[in-house]
Amino acid sequence: MSLKLVDRGKGELLGWHDPDEMRKWVAENKSRELKDKRMSVSAAVAKFVHDGDLIAMGGFGHDRISMVSVYEMIRQKKRHLVLAGKTAVHDSDLLIAGGCVDKVEVAYAFGHELRGLSPASRRAVETGRVQIAGEISNAGYQWRFKAAAEGLPFLPCRVMLGSDTFNYSSSIMVEDPFSKGLICLVPACYPDVVIIHVHRSDMYGNCQIDGITIEDLELARAARRLIITTEEIIPNDRIRAEPCHTSIPFFFVDAVVEAPYGCHPGNMPGLYYFDEEHIGEWLSVSKTQEGVDSYLAKYVYEVKDFRDYIRLIGGEEKMKRLAALDSIGNRPAASAQGDDNR
Amino acid sequence: MSEESYNSTELMACVASRIFEDKKSVLVGTGLPIVCAVLAQKTHAPNLLIVFEAGGVGPQIPVIPISVGDSRTACRAVMATGMDYVMSAAQAGYIDYGMLGAAQIDPYGNINTTVIGPYDKPKVRLPGSGGGNDVGSLTWRQIITMQQDSRKFVEKLDFLTTPGFLGSPLGREKAGLPKGTGPYRVVTQLGVMGFEPGSGRMMLISTHPGVSVGQIRENTGFRLIIPDRVAVTEPPTSEELRILRTEIDPSGIVLGKRRGQQEAPARPVVARTPPPA
Repeated sequence: MSLKLVDRGKGELLGWHDPDEMRKWVAENKSRELKDKRMSVSAAVAKFVHDGDLIAMGGFGHDRISMVSVYEMIRQKKRHLVLAGKTAVHDSDLLIAGGCVDKVEVAYAFGHELRGLSPASRRAVETGRVQIAGEISNAGYQWRFKAAAEGLPFLPCRVMLGSDTFNYSSSIMVEDPFSKGLICLVPACYPDVVIIHVHRSDMYGNCQIDGITIEDLELARAARRLIITTEEIIPNDRIRAEPCHTSIPFFFVDAVVEAPYGCHPGNMPGLYYFDEEHIGEWLSVSKTQEGVDSYLAKYVYEVKDFRDYIRLIGGEEKMKRLAALDSIGNRPAASAQGDDNR
Repeated sequence: MSEESYNSTELMACVASRIFEDKKSVLVGTGLPIVCAVLAQKTHAPNLLIVFEAGGVGPQIPVIPISVGDSRTACRAVMATGMDYVMSAAQAGYIDYGMLGAAQIDPYGNINTTVIGPYDKPKVRLPGSGGGNDVGSLTWRQIITMQQDSRKFVEKLDFLTTPGFLGSPLGREKAGLPKGTGPYRVVTQLGVMGFEPGSGRMMLISTHPGVSVGQIRENTGFRLIIPDRVAVTEPPTSEELRILRTEIDPSGIVLGKRRGQQEAPARPVVARTPPPA
């Protein structure tokens, strides 16, 4: 008996590996040694991000994103990256504008949520400088990473059926042998490199994430190489004092980079909110290529390092204001909504 | 009832929010959907369970989030989890309502948020499905809020990003989508539409105050079913407007700056940008 193939999307299959080949690669390449993995962002990007890699960024496009590594990839002139557009917002807009990306698999890209569309990446895709590998939905993409995290070749799901999103994806539709209905199989996706920004990590890469985890628990395990950038490095004892708070354990991690405010101008839940002033500046100047060039010159190429960048955007004073904005979400109930009764 | 003026986005927010029943769950996307769900929570549906695709479950939202994954989506939430958890719960049948925006919609409630023009050479490249396809596939009932004109309400989509009834009432089931699900209401600046059970085609339910059936027809690029009795939408109450303006969106990021005129246009960014979910 075999599964009856009903249809196949025409999207390019990216990041798929035979599960046994992946197991072998993991056995040979992923260290289980508890060792100090701290390094600078320039060292981590130089060592683990290669031209042509399939890259997936953790967080949610402008929430808990590793902007420190985005700027570094632009600075190091990484080229021909294939981007997992898994809610690609500010992080990807900069990578695309910086000339690092040739191709995107799109769940969500070229947009800035409430702020509208992203001029720079839209220009890139509408002129053909950036190619589209295929379409997928957010849940579908995340289940591709989950399949990889679980060492499976694919995962069945009930999204994308009947749509052009399926037709342009790399998924397969089969008759489910149990229910006899149609079901969508999304192929596993193992990105060559994943970069996730977290609240805290020890030197070995044991990470704590506060708040929502989005798809990072799956992505961390699907990644062939995983760079962690972290607001803070904490002692291993603190990890061991509250192991239930560990989101990503060390043996998935290849590099640990300390980078306070490393998500700016994005929102780091619990620490600082969006820098709308800065994002507004970017969305405004990026309407032209000249604007993109001057932005990158000012904030990427001509700053000494990330600390210098933070000074440039307003320093501690600015970050304090963004912290105050973020705490709106952390206060006890402000309005009389009868909360005690619920 | 209020004599107060309001803009079309405020009207859409109030009308869509009233569709939600208390003690049900809703998966919401960026922008107007969040406003509608929070307004419902602050008025007639205090126990509306709001769920965000990025992992915020059951928040009590003080001020509108900019992103469906930002800090505010987990404010006073019952759980901060991830997308797999939320989408799996939707796939298992726990999410009653989904809210969607769209760049194009067809008579069966199918939605396009991917491209305008040919796929290989798009006139406008839009963000794509995001969580839209997932919301449209997995929640029981979908509410779509969008601007209505004949370029957006089209006979044939440039790209079918998110399934409505596909092409018949049983279209979804045949395609393998969960049984008994589908689009429920379309709320625009002109009126409220539903779907005829026999055909799965879009049908007018009510026109907003001051809008004629003829105006709705002119702004629909396909044959809309017009029943014998068409209601007139209840306008926003002063209490709804107060909550919208002073609590949910005081800076007017979604609702636009107030102009004191009923026909004041909505901020274009909201109308044109399909949400990621």
